[in-house]
Amino acid sequence: MSLPLFTTHFWMAAGMILAIVLTSSTGEILTAGAMKSIGDLDEIRAQSGIGGAIRAVLTCPLFFCGVFFLALSFFSLLFALNHLSLGLVAPASASLTLVTNAIGAKFFLKENVDRRRWIAAILVCIGVYFLAH
Amino acid sequence: MPNNRLKPRQYLILGLVAVCAPLGDSCLSRGMTLLPALSLHHPLSLIGAVFTPWIAIGIALLIGFFASYLTALSWADLTYVLPATAFGNVIVEVLARYWLHEAISWQRWLGVVLVTVGVGFVAQGPVHTELPAKETPEESR
Repeated sequence: MSLPLFTTHFWMAAGMILAIVLTSSTGEILTAGAMKSIGDLDEIRAQSGIGGAIRAVLTCPLFFCGVFFLALSFFSLLFALNHLSLGLVAPASASLTLVTNAIGAKFFLKENVDRRRWIAAILVCIGVYFLAH
Repeated sequence: MPNNRLKPRQYLILGLVAVCAPLGDSCLSRGMTLLPALSLHHPLSLIGAVFTPWIAIGIALLIGFFASYLTALSWADLTYVLPATAFGNVIVEVLARYWLHEAISWQRWLGVVLVTVGVGFVAQGPVHTELPAKETPEESR
């Protein structure tokens, strides 16, 4: 689906896709931060069983913040699909989310996003765009 | 755990992350297309949809995806796990071509190549960023 540039419809579509990308990235970064703060779930499970691992996740407030934003992202996606075609929303949001996640992971999670990971993020981003077409 | 060595069990978890999400989405899609058109005036009909076989399998696969995704994030960086998630799309394309004998356009093959190369790039690097340990008062002297 092509959109005429800089019309009201274009800006509405851009805003809806941006909402999906931002809420999805925020949710994934918060969830990743929560899991980093909890520690290796395999080790927790080995020490306190599967119940201990589930308890460790469910008692982490950051995890629920992440899930809240992931839920917002899901509803933003549903809203966008009500106005735009899947062929536009799915590739645009999926590929842009990979790049915003890499930026968020570098600045908020302090991950070592070196040149190798940037190249990978951009290749996967373009690849997902083509796959979704 | 050495920084860029994964245990077989951890490869299995990444494999589940890659496979469960696209298969779950495919099951949901197949289940929803088999149902008659749902109306927003009868939202409760969506609850009935949850108990149809394809949608139930799809939900089970997506629960499996989320559990394995969270487990992977507990020992690997987000920028390492996300390309693994994207690699699931490649698995779906290959299955569609060689199992379902569907025609795949050259754009999608290009996508398969780009995602595979991208995942290969990440897989060569470290799994987890080692943050510098906080300096203790004795060390700072």
